[in-house]
Amino acid sequence: MKPMRYAGVVGAGLAAAFALSAPASVAAKDTVSLGIVAFLSGPAAGPYGVPGRNGAEMVIEAINKGTLPAPYDTKGFAGATVEAEYIDESGGNTKQVSEYRNLVQKREVDAVVGYVSSGSCAAIAPVAEELQKLTVMAVCGTPRIFEEAPREYVFRTMSHATADNIAAAHYVKEMMPDVKSYTGINQNYAWGQDSWRDFSLAMTDVMPDAKVSDKPQFPKIFAGQYGSEISALSLDDAELVHSSFWGGDFEAFILQATPRGFFQQKKVVLTVGGVSAYRLGKRLPDGVAIGSRGPYGILVRDRDTPLNTWFVETYKEAYGEYPSGAAYQYAQAILATKIAYDKAAEAAGSFPDEKQVRDALTGLEFESFAAPVKMALGNGHQAITEHMYGIVQWNEDAGELGLRDVKVYPAECVMPPADKTSVEWIEAGMPGAKC
Amino acid sequence: MTQFMDRTVIGLTLGFALVALLGVFVLPDWLMSQVLIAFSRALAVLGLVVLWRTGLISFGHALYFGLGAYTVAMLGKDLGVTEVLITLPAAGLVAAVVGFALGFIIRKYREIFFAMLNLAFSMVLFGILVKTEALGSTDGFSVEQPTLFGIGTEDSTVKLTVLFLAVCTVGWLSAVLVHRYLGSVLGSLTTAVRDNEIRVEYLGYSVAQAIHGKYVMSAALTGLAGGFTALALGQVDPESMVNWTVSGELVFVTVLSGPGSVAAPFIGSLLFELLRTYAFELVPYAWQLIVGGTLLAVIFFLPGGLWSLISKLGGRDRAAQPGGNRGEGER
Repeated sequence: MKPMRYAGVVGAGLAAAFALSAPASVAAKDTVSLGIVAFLSGPAAGPYGVPGRNGAEMVIEAINKGTLPAPYDTKGFAGATVEAEYIDESGGNTKQVSEYRNLVQKREVDAVVGYVSSGSCAAIAPVAEELQKLTVMAVCGTPRIFEEAPREYVFRTMSHATADNIAAAHYVKEMMPDVKSYTGINQNYAWGQDSWRDFSLAMTDVMPDAKVSDKPQFPKIFAGQYGSEISALSLDDAELVHSSFWGGDFEAFILQATPRGFFQQKKVVLTVGGVSAYRLGKRLPDGVAIGSRGPYGILVRDRDTPLNTWFVETYKEAYGEYPSGAAYQYAQAILATKIAYDKAAEAAGSFPDEKQVRDALTGLEFESFAAPVKMALGNGHQAITEHMYGIVQWNEDAGELGLRDVKVYPAECVMPPADKTSVEWIEAGMPGAKC
Repeated sequence: MTQFMDRTVIGLTLGFALVALLGVFVLPDWLMSQVLIAFSRALAVLGLVVLWRTGLISFGHALYFGLGAYTVAMLGKDLGVTEVLITLPAAGLVAAVVGFALGFIIRKYREIFFAMLNLAFSMVLFGILVKTEALGSTDGFSVEQPTLFGIGTEDSTVKLTVLFLAVCTVGWLSAVLVHRYLGSVLGSLTTAVRDNEIRVEYLGYSVAQAIHGKYVMSAALTGLAGGFTALALGQVDPESMVNWTVSGELVFVTVLSGPGSVAAPFIGSLLFELLRTYAFELVPYAWQLIVGGTLLAVIFFLPGGLWSLISKLGGRDRAAQPGGNRGEGER
């Protein structure tokens, strides 16, 4: 009896699991289901995940109603209504790979859109290729995705992180030409290390006379306390400080450095400062240079095009605040997918299959909410866009944060050409850059 | 006693054979992949159960999990070795060697000191990996496509099926061996050590050596688990392989499963995986609440873990359980 009981227990468990697994309903022809992945819990939810989800939600609603501004005012994805399923990106890469499989094989979505963390993207890309599912990455920064292997099913609709730091170097040269030495404070994990590497490499090209400090700071991610690092940076002779801090760490750093007079003493360039700009408001000190990973968020708030005005106003009405970078970036990923569906349907003369959608997305050039996007790298799978930096200035009259001296750098100035990896290109002195 | 041992072995054999058959012929890919990840983790939990029977809980077995995972990944990346018949045993071996070395220090400690010392060692490895840009820092790096007998495959279903069968085989073998070990004289010392170390010493056995042996065994099993997980995921990174949260997850599943049987880790781990999947799907904003709530419920109502439920349902006599084991909460 006993062996049977063992077998019975295991068998019953698996049978139950299998019964639960049967797909609830097969998607009808007139809907396209999207799995949308963003941090819905944890430290990256506030600055990235939730605005990203909101941006996606808002644009999907508009697409289903056909209320996006022209030329995107056709209903749905090639006429099909979009159904979105939202998934939390936290829980680690192991969990993300399982959840990705569940989205594709169990919930049978037509495409997966999203991902904020570079770690998630790096883990998901090979699985997406293996399961052959259209996957549009929205935010993650690592250039590795398309540089380490060619991809057929994976796309990314914004520039990768190299652009942030090359543009930062150009901006420093333009706005602070007398800087003689520089240092940095970056979180000690892949994002922070890569950002500092790209920035210091780019500075040797752009401002060869400026000296790099031998004491850049690398505090632990989510450390929250930066007293000793701020002291060390203050004692350093370098006049310029580079930082790729984001979210809670960024806010903690600003709030702890301000009373120490840090921002009067140093020039500061914050590559993703735009992400937290609205949250900090007046507490973000005047005079610091901020970026927002491209033409997004506060950098393009006042850009007066029908698409951008619609985006800013609709978002503010729906969520009570200005859209930050991630809202734009998720919305852009959704928009790119819609355009690919519409274009593929037009070419095919009927509802397109997945291959036709991917073909349409490959090498696509389109006008996004704030700026044009070109799928130029990684065989047409990796986008390039212009990049922007500005200097923070509190607008007393409007009672809100504003920017001055906003500079725009063309995509070909800040992103490598198709035949070189980012590091190779910067190390070679950025040949062929069109600035 | 002998008869009982054989029955457990037969039960394990039938159970694993059934799972393997279901996997190959019935289960959809996503579920097979969940069983693969669940059973990989179960190997580590099996190692923790061996320690738990002695009353020891480690909050740092992610050290061995990570060592196993990075061994498999680095053999492929740096030496071009992708043969699973080499990489997987290497994963277990590296973990066992490190476990043997650290065991000389760790075997002297009990209770919270044992748990925290393990945590300290695992966080040292985490710190090193995060600072190593050559290994991709926190982003980690991809694992090369594995090969078996020198044959690789591009087909994801074939790859998944082969790995799935491998984890079933290794899981079955490990469970049988651990069961045999627990039934042996040395293994029977586990409970004795937990109950009264001095008496064990007076019986002429070395408590330190007994614990050292178990520690190495659990390290090797956890290394193997890490190796399987790396192959299943195709990606290694410190956050999901070496961080304390991984150790916590292993302890979580151990408590959920209960120490009652060598089959418990496999059932518990699979239920944990499915629980998390459905919590993710049904409440994407508060899935942690469901997972945590389940553990609380198990601790309150099933102090012996899920296995105690199974043995109660099966009407099994407590005394018939291997090692006459009791649940933690009943001590």
